[in-house]
Amino acid sequence: MTQHTPLWEVFVRARRGLSHTHVGSLHAPDAELALRNARDLYTRRQEGVSIWVVPAGAITASSPDEKDAFFDPAADKVYRHPTFYEVPDGVAHL
Amino acid sequence: MYGNDFSAPDGATDEAPGGLLGEVEAAEAELRAAAARGRRGGPAPDEDLAAYFAEVVDAEQKIEPRDWMPDAYRRTLIRQIAQHAHSEIIGMQPEGNWISRAPSLKRKAILLAKVQDEAGHGLYLYAAAETLGISRDELVQLLLDGRQKYSSIFNYPTLSWADVGAIGWLVDGAAIVNQVPLCRCSYGPYARAMIRVCKEESFHQRQGYEILHTLAHGTPAQQAMAQDAVDRWWYPSLAMFGPPDGDSTHSAQSMAWKIKRFSNDDLRQRFVDMCVQQAEILGLRIPDADLRWNDERQAYDYTQPDYDELMQVISGNGPCNRERMAHRRAAHADGTWVREAAAAYAAKRAGQKETVAA
Ligand SMILES: [Fe+2]
Ligand SMILES: [Fe+2]
Repeated sequence: MTQHTPLWEVFVRARRGLSHTHVGSLHAPDAELALRNARDLYTRRQEGVSIWVVPAGAITASSPDEKDAFFDPAADKVYRHPTFYEVPDGVAHL
Repeated sequence: MYGNDFSAPDGATDEAPGGLLGEVEAAEAELRAAAARGRRGGPAPDEDLAAYFAEVVDAEQKIEPRDWMPDAYRRTLIRQIAQHAHSEIIGMQPEGNWISRAPSLKRKAILLAKVQDEAGHGLYLYAAAETLGISRDELVQLLLDGRQKYSSIFNYPTLSWADVGAIGWLVDGAAIVNQVPLCRCSYGPYARAMIRVCKEESFHQRQGYEILHTLAHGTPAQQAMAQDAVDRWWYPSLAMFGPPDGDSTHSAQSMAWKIKRFSNDDLRQRFVDMCVQQAEILGLRIPDADLRWNDERQAYDYTQPDYDELMQVISGNGPCNRERMAHRRAAHADGTWVREAAAAYAAKRAGQKETVAA
């Protein structure tokens, strides 16, 4: 191989009204070819109405190794969920 | 019934997905359910990583790329996924051989779509292998250097149009029996790639079956051609499941890691049991005089494939090994200028953008 072809992450919106979802990755020299390759690779059977391609290097990931500490601030805040609250009998529309 | 999901050729109704697609959907639902169950985050700072890994696997949760995993698990997966990817890529050759000679425009369009799917399968799988920390360039080189194998089945020649039918029915059929349990593999990216692959495989198997069904109900010459194809592809297809359990080196560990779910012999039996009735409807004979129902085992007794032949083919001495590798190397070399041109164009455009921005 002459040189390393960049890696792209592919996100597809399956239908109008849904958000783009990660479907996989592929190699392509530039964004335009990445889009064309993504169409041929991930939407051969009309799996999508819109595609995003993102250079894999542009994604910053939270490592699962840090997961407990990283997501800790949310763990002890049960009061952020409506189920935390006691609703008196007979209250409607709450 | 397992894998037996195509409708009967005449006037069959479309039923709710059972068979193959049903199993794939079940695996997909299981994946979602396991994800919903999983409130477990990463390991605590002082937690034993091996114990953590075992706990995730035992709970039928998926291991993801950045999770800690044993080195041997990583190596096993890289080898298995890479060889699976190579098989999809080399697997385009035997059928590609008939694209220009397909008997009608319809058959040609279908075969093109099928071979294109196999390229796609190879690419999904290479991408899954890359999440384990090996590069695409290395993977391609391992195949070109012959340091990694591909499925033995693709070292057999496609001598007639009926072979395209036999490959779809038997080879894709055997691949499906192998692959459906892999949709539940413990490694997330592999499991997700297999779900995609299996959904597409069901079209492959049906188109092959339809080709054989048409030939088997055609002229005596067409019937003979269909029967000849089945005669030649039956045993190599049985051999696709690998050596018998007693001789299979990696099986036990892969089962413990939930990479593999069933033994080679279990899968082979499942395949035989599924094919018998399908062959009857085709009106073609499975070339095994000792094939008969065993009431006690509730399964068919059958003749084992020639495992010495399998070992010969794996070690490079099958009828088409050299041809397949020479073709792949030539295709890769012939594509060099395309890769170089695309890279040069990308670099030029990136340079132009910078000048504009400056
Ligand atoms: Fe495939
Ligand atoms: Fe296939």
